[in-house]
Amino acid sequence: MGMTITEKILARASNKERVDPGEIIIARVDKVMIHDVSGPPALKILEDLGVEKVFDPSRVWVTEDHFVPPPDTKSAKNLIELRRLAAKYGLRKYYRWGVGQYGVCHALCFEEALVAPGEVFIGGDSHTNTAGGIGSFAAGMGHTDIAFILKNGWTWLRVPETLLFKINGKLREHVMAKDLALHIIGEIGASGASYKAMEFKGEGIKNMNLEERLTLCNMTTEAGAKNGIIEPDEKTIQYFKERGVEFKPVCSDEDAEYLEEFSVDASKVEPMVAKPVSPANSSPVSEDEGLEIDRVYIGSCTGGKLFDLRMAARIMKNRRVKIRTEIAPATQSIYLKALNEGLIEIFAKAGAIILPPTCGACFGGHMGVLGEGEICVSTTNRNFPGRMGHRSSKVYLVSPLTAAASAITGRLTNPREFLHG
Amino acid sequence: MKVFRGRVHKFGDDIDTDVIIPGKYLKEFDPKELAKHAMEGVDPEFPRKVGVGDFILAGENFGCGSSREHAPMALHAAGIRIVLAKSFARIFYRNSINGAYLLPIEIDDDIYNSISDGDEVELDLNKMTLRNLTSGGEFALKEIPEIVVEIFEAGGILKWKPKKL
Ligand code: SF4
Repeated sequence: MGMTITEKILARASNKERVDPGEIIIARVDKVMIHDVSGPPALKILEDLGVEKVFDPSRVWVTEDHFVPPPDTKSAKNLIELRRLAAKYGLRKYYRWGVGQYGVCHALCFEEALVAPGEVFIGGDSHTNTAGGIGSFAAGMGHTDIAFILKNGWTWLRVPETLLFKINGKLREHVMAKDLALHIIGEIGASGASYKAMEFKGEGIKNMNLEERLTLCNMTTEAGAKNGIIEPDEKTIQYFKERGVEFKPVCSDEDAEYLEEFSVDASKVEPMVAKPVSPANSSPVSEDEGLEIDRVYIGSCTGGKLFDLRMAARIMKNRRVKIRTEIAPATQSIYLKALNEGLIEIFAKAGAIILPPTCGACFGGHMGVLGEGEICVSTTNRNFPGRMGHRSSKVYLVSPLTAAASAITGRLTNPREFLHG
Repeated sequence: MKVFRGRVHKFGDDIDTDVIIPGKYLKEFDPKELAKHAMEGVDPEFPRKVGVGDFILAGENFGCGSSREHAPMALHAAGIRIVLAKSFARIFYRNSINGAYLLPIEIDDDIYNSISDGDEVELDLNKMTLRNLTSGGEFALKEIPEIVVEIFEAGGILKWKPKKL
């Protein structure tokens, strides 16, 4: 019997011929990411234990993305502490906010090709799953887990069962990977993939660019998955080749065993909206069209990548927003590309505000939190109570196309009408 | 392993990390401060109601959402030691054990339905049983994976010495 891509990567990481779902293994970790929320406590644990070195500083990278720009002195102090500890442990892959390249960790990971297909990547952030879109085993963990990995270079893992999603057909022009993700999570539920791997395959995936694959894997976290994964193909190989990153492609065997298989006809997927207070509470936008909203947010690791901004700009071009609209490119390099392509000008002319690359608003930290009872249509990945601000505020999760269309009308809007005549 | 006794605070399904400890407190690392905001998203009165050694009883997918370890830290600091839930989100489960903050124990519908908010319960880890001291009734619990017990008893993953490698 064959193995899935997830099992093969974990077998290699644990020096075994094969691994089986449910088995607990000791796995080598190839790459580790920490940011300004998970980094300081993880490194402080090592310092307090008197640990002098991390297992391999060249395999660790650090980003400042959550509380940037620092909204208060406590956040500023936190960044100083992160910098001090990173210097102490020789972590030179440090993406300092406001210096060169920086931004939201998961988008940065892709833009900088920090994790290659086939690698085991553990990040101190729950949406680390994002990197599964390029064919790595990528999972999020808390800071104590991360501290242990930084010290030892390995961790314990339970080999997950894999759910296979066969995506047949092609998404329509006004439908994005985000809609497909919300459609699937709506079907299987917010814990539908708990402890499991979600693997995506098929024509619908082949047709998707890498950024869209990242969006799909990013959202697997919201179904409780340990990891989301897509086999590397020509597009993936090309991307890493251009960046001079070498890797050994790992793919699922023909006779791999899956816990369950689902098929989705991509051509039938509608623009979707996940209503409060769960990403699984999704339904077609058309059912709630016209809902009055206060604000639109286009940004985050889910919806602030270059492709996301391009899609939003298609709709915003030569139009004006009706409500407060904030657009945050996920990284500095995305910002620059968006500027060069004229996207930033389109947004500015539309009357939207361009924010710097930061997580800020996505987790209700700062940079435009929601007030009491406010309703936001957002390209982010979570709509739990109070996620983007006040406990009574409401977040509706949508694709960048739907968000842009809604910004223009001031109501939840199906982007279809803006793309066809 | 030992016997734990405490009062139950009962919640529903999908209690996520944003309600356990809202994002704005993530720059906070002082457990006492975190304790003041534990469960703020569902019940701002929670920190005043909870006592040391109390239990949380919850439905499906407890702790879903972010990887913030602040969530089990806040609950621990507020006094909670044991969380009984129908199922746990994976990162929350790992964090609880690896930091030795909380012992997460999976329960079935029957146990969930037989215990009310405010009941006194007794958990015996030697026998893997749970007793409802308020209304009577004793329930058998599922075994906990060996590695989980090992790490929790060691006081967390950083103090853990793996038996075999
Ligand atoms: S953009 Fe939002 S979801 Fe993504 S890493 Fe930042 S806070 Fe998390």
